[in-house]
Amino acid sequence: MAYYQNIFSEVQVRPVSPEHGIPVEVDQRWGKPFNSYLFGLIGNAQVGPIYVGYLGALSFACGLIAFEIIGLNMWASVNWDPVQFVRQLPWLALEPPRPQYGLKILPPLAEGGWWLIAGFFLTASVLLWWLRLFRRAKALGLGYHVPWAFASAIWLFLVLGFIRPLLMGSWSEAVPFGIFPHLDWTAAFSLRYGNLFYNPFHMLSIVFLYGSTLLFAMHGGTILAVSRYGGEREIDQIVDRGTATERAALFWRWTMGFNATMESVHRWAWWFAVLTTLTGGIGILLTGTVVDNWYLWAVKHGVAPSYPQVYPPVVDPLSVSPTSLPGSAP
Amino acid sequence: MKTISVLAGVVAAALLTVAMLVTSGWVRPPLETLQNGYRGTAMAQVHTRKGVAETREANVAPAAADPAEPGDELAGKTYENVQVLKDVTVNEFNRLMVSMTEWVSPQQGCTYCHNTENMADDSLYQKKVARRMLQMTQHINSTWKEKHVGGTGVTCFTCHRGQPVPANIWFTDPGPTRPGGFIARNNGQNLAAPSVGLSSLPYDTLTAYLADKDVDNNAIRVNATTALPTTKGKPIQDAEKTYGLMIHMSEALGVNCTYCHNTRAISNWSQSTPQRTTAWHGIRMVRDLNGNYLEPLLSTFPPNRLGALGDVPKVNCTTCHNGESKPLNGAHLVEAYPELTKPTETVSAAPPAVPTEAPASPPAPAPTPQ
Repeated sequence: MAYYQNIFSEVQVRPVSPEHGIPVEVDQRWGKPFNSYLFGLIGNAQVGPIYVGYLGALSFACGLIAFEIIGLNMWASVNWDPVQFVRQLPWLALEPPRPQYGLKILPPLAEGGWWLIAGFFLTASVLLWWLRLFRRAKALGLGYHVPWAFASAIWLFLVLGFIRPLLMGSWSEAVPFGIFPHLDWTAAFSLRYGNLFYNPFHMLSIVFLYGSTLLFAMHGGTILAVSRYGGEREIDQIVDRGTATERAALFWRWTMGFNATMESVHRWAWWFAVLTTLTGGIGILLTGTVVDNWYLWAVKHGVAPSYPQVYPPVVDPLSVSPTSLPGSAP
Repeated sequence: MKTISVLAGVVAAALLTVAMLVTSGWVRPPLETLQNGYRGTAMAQVHTRKGVAETREANVAPAAADPAEPGDELAGKTYENVQVLKDVTVNEFNRLMVSMTEWVSPQQGCTYCHNTENMADDSLYQKKVARRMLQMTQHINSTWKEKHVGGTGVTCFTCHRGQPVPANIWFTDPGPTRPGGFIARNNGQNLAAPSVGLSSLPYDTLTAYLADKDVDNNAIRVNATTALPTTKGKPIQDAEKTYGLMIHMSEALGVNCTYCHNTRAISNWSQSTPQRTTAWHGIRMVRDLNGNYLEPLLSTFPPNRLGALGDVPKVNCTTCHNGESKPLNGAHLVEAYPELTKPTETVSAAPPAVPTEAPASPPAPAPTPQ
């Protein structure tokens, strides 16, 4: 049964009986479907049923365990004070083991053991969810574009929390679980390794990240602009080009001389998104393992320009005899 | 349903907007940007005119006392138990005592340190501390003149600002009380700590880097000096500690990173400003003062003056700077008090409190008064 509704229509389409879509071989959908006005504002008004399955259930359980370990340790770090827990929540974190534990599989719980357990369950949860995506895509007879794109994000996640710490020989190199702490960690990471902006893979990642937003805005804007001519049926128009596509294409050909097609623009967008985390992960993986100071690396390879001196020469005071300093230790 | 949703959305947005406007500590434009590096390097200090005016107003140096009448009498001969200022004339000595009272204990007066029945009596701990602080002031103004304090120098007022206990002292931060056992430790970080500008960076970084006078000179440095790894480098946790210390310095001086660093290569000296050298020596100075002048006062201070872990009150960059790159708007107050610019006593019986091998080093400071 052909059935059509989408976000471009301000009319919320509500089926008389819930829509179940194509029949699939194994159907473990759960929950009684209902219509929601609020969801209808941003997407389809029908909510549920959701496909659970054992992969989904396991993934959720693992995710919940990780969430609880992280949350309860955060709460304990403010001595179980509920007010401080809420006030300080963005600052709280579960820290990885200290450097002296190296790659020890299970250091004492208080010394990073909890971090490893939480990391294990979070990773398990993410990987199970990936498998679930893959299996559902297969069940619906889809291509695997979404799971592979998700895999690219998982790659960056694994590099940060697992692969790079393994190569560096210490779990302490991994990211803490916490809102501000992981951001401060990121800043400290760049400071430690001589400015990540000089890491060419970081550069690429930024290009793809910003490029993704640009493509998203261009494509979203184009389709919204031609939806009055039926442009939201963009997938149909890949094979059956209508006036919406003609106008959209003409708009870009007029303004920048070149236009994507209804098909190619989606490949552009997919690759930009996928390459953001793919190149980012490579950049992180190289940091500390094969490059120790990205600024010096950039100087060595002629990437970093030199600027004229505006001050009299400043030299490292330590390179002057350290014992000539007042108050210095003998 | 639609009306309720729209209404709820508008109310939530309004509440969040109000909360954001009143709680986030916004700086109201216009902002002024003062370039302090080559164009294109983003080296600039950002201020508001109002903010600068307020800071200047909050850091006004007091007027120096009228010059002392000339005289020949020396304080050490005339008064009993004068140890540090023996070779100062009686008139100068009394002038300094009056100024010290204004600088340190204007409310409490002479009796804050002295037993007025017998001015020579050392029974009050405040007097013993004050004597050591006089030596410290002389030490700063002589030994650290060239490297850090310059012509601005310091007097008691630089830190005390009319209060017996300076506002910006610090103690080792033991962190919050936490349940023990298998609960994860917080690694000494991840709290909204004022000592690191309310970031989640290590909140007790000052103890490691400013309280330990014998700390390795390279302790703060975390960057590799070669492009490729040659040895096992420092962990990211060390970078976070350094970052925390730098945030402290930035807050203390009311400047941003680019006041000293070209942030594209933050560890590179040749691209830094001369201020970085001054700050580098400042770190050594603070370690020197904490280790050689304040730590030894541990048994002199009463317990209520000590920190949670029983440590002495210590100095950091804020203690003098108080939000300005030059304390007290750069006033040269000390010039009116020449007796504070050099060690005046000639005590040689005690072992030197400052280990230094420099041939041009000043006379060793006096023993710790007990």
